[in-house]
Amino acid sequence: MDHELLVSTRKGLFTLGSRGSWDISQADFLGDNVTLALHDPRSGYRYAALDHGHFGVKLHRKKPGEGWSEIATPAFPQKPDDVSDTDGWGKVIPWTVMRVWALEAGGPDQPGLLWCGTIPGALFRSDDHGDTWNWVKSLWDHPSRKRWMGGGADYPGIHSICIDPRDSRTVRLGVSCGGVWRTRDLGETWNLTATGMRADFLPPEQQGDPEIQDAHFLVQCEGDPERLWVQHHNGIFRSDNCGLQWHELQDVKPSSFGFAVAVHPLEPDTAWFVPGIKDEKRYPVAGGLVVTRTRDGGNSFDVLTNGLPQLHAYDVVYRHALSIDSTGDSLAFGSTTGGLWVTEDQGDHWHEITHTLPPIYAVHFS
Amino acid sequence: MAEVIFTANLQRHVSIPATHVDGHTVREVLNKVFERNTLLRGYVLDEQMALRKHMGIIVDGVVLADRVTLSDKVEPDSRIFVLQALSGG
Repeated sequence: MDHELLVSTRKGLFTLGSRGSWDISQADFLGDNVTLALHDPRSGYRYAALDHGHFGVKLHRKKPGEGWSEIATPAFPQKPDDVSDTDGWGKVIPWTVMRVWALEAGGPDQPGLLWCGTIPGALFRSDDHGDTWNWVKSLWDHPSRKRWMGGGADYPGIHSICIDPRDSRTVRLGVSCGGVWRTRDLGETWNLTATGMRADFLPPEQQGDPEIQDAHFLVQCEGDPERLWVQHHNGIFRSDNCGLQWHELQDVKPSSFGFAVAVHPLEPDTAWFVPGIKDEKRYPVAGGLVVTRTRDGGNSFDVLTNGLPQLHAYDVVYRHALSIDSTGDSLAFGSTTGGLWVTEDQGDHWHEITHTLPPIYAVHFS
Repeated sequence: MAEVIFTANLQRHVSIPATHVDGHTVREVLNKVFERNTLLRGYVLDEQMALRKHMGIIVDGVVLADRVTLSDKVEPDSRIFVLQALSGG
């Protein structure tokens, strides 16, 4: 173990693993709602997104050897008086950041570049490690954006950002509910790439509409970037051509509903999910917490239970709360009931680190 | 000059003592406070410069009426409290 784990929770940010074990070594922002954290491997900087409720969303940054300090928060411009902005349900969208829902470092050739996705569904870019942020107007102005809808949140949001390892100017976004989007020119232009996804909760004639698909989380295989996986509201989807076409995996047991997905960094056919009963109940099937793993691109799944509670477990694992390290051997996930588990053998054995943390929103290997 | 008093819960994030500033409206008064402390503005107002959804302002015992443009009148001896609204939990 040569890395740390950043665990974002309702009551603070916890760091584990820095002393050669998975003990909690550091607690920051105690009492505050930390919704997401990022370790930027290019600079060594760390970022934490906070939601203070009354006082709004804030971003903090920590440079190596220094403490945390507040930096600029992505912000909408002043909304013109003559602009009417509604989502796919016709609800008026406020031009104010309600949540930082995705935070990713740019490519190795883009020092200082960060991407940030928010609720409502906007994208922001920083070229200076978060000192300043620029609103990506091209995506906001795309006509399809107004068809996006809120999923579990009141308004649509961007929760996943994948930087293509072959070309850092190519970026893919997962939107709930708005499908999967791609730019090849650093955000100048955008294309929707959600053909093949299906939303069976909509009227039949709209179920295949790419613009309103509820992608819960999107990941891309580092070693084989053509392979994408999406945990979707409707199930699990795989693409073998960078999202041009998606294939639904049927009859995954015990359930194909969930929020999180992780893909092995080198093996595109190997991916992990944390399933639950869909979709109005959202807890593990029969109260037994399991991880599902495929090693053959979704043709079959292992149901991993070793070390996980199998009786009266009602843990929900949010979309950012499952993480895999750069080797592909270690994974960690945290739950809404404060449970945190780690595996160092790809999920064959899980170790409970704690079950007393606050509700966990995100888990991130540094 | 009007006195502006911020909720003690803000002090954990931004140091802001009670302050006295001139202004004819709540907007004018707060803008002068924010000139002295730019970080504070984002804790009280959103990007559209409206009062945050779960914040409240009381001017001389009266709850702020105009949460969007903050046009409520302020007298030279007014006391303005900037608070967390219970609506936010």
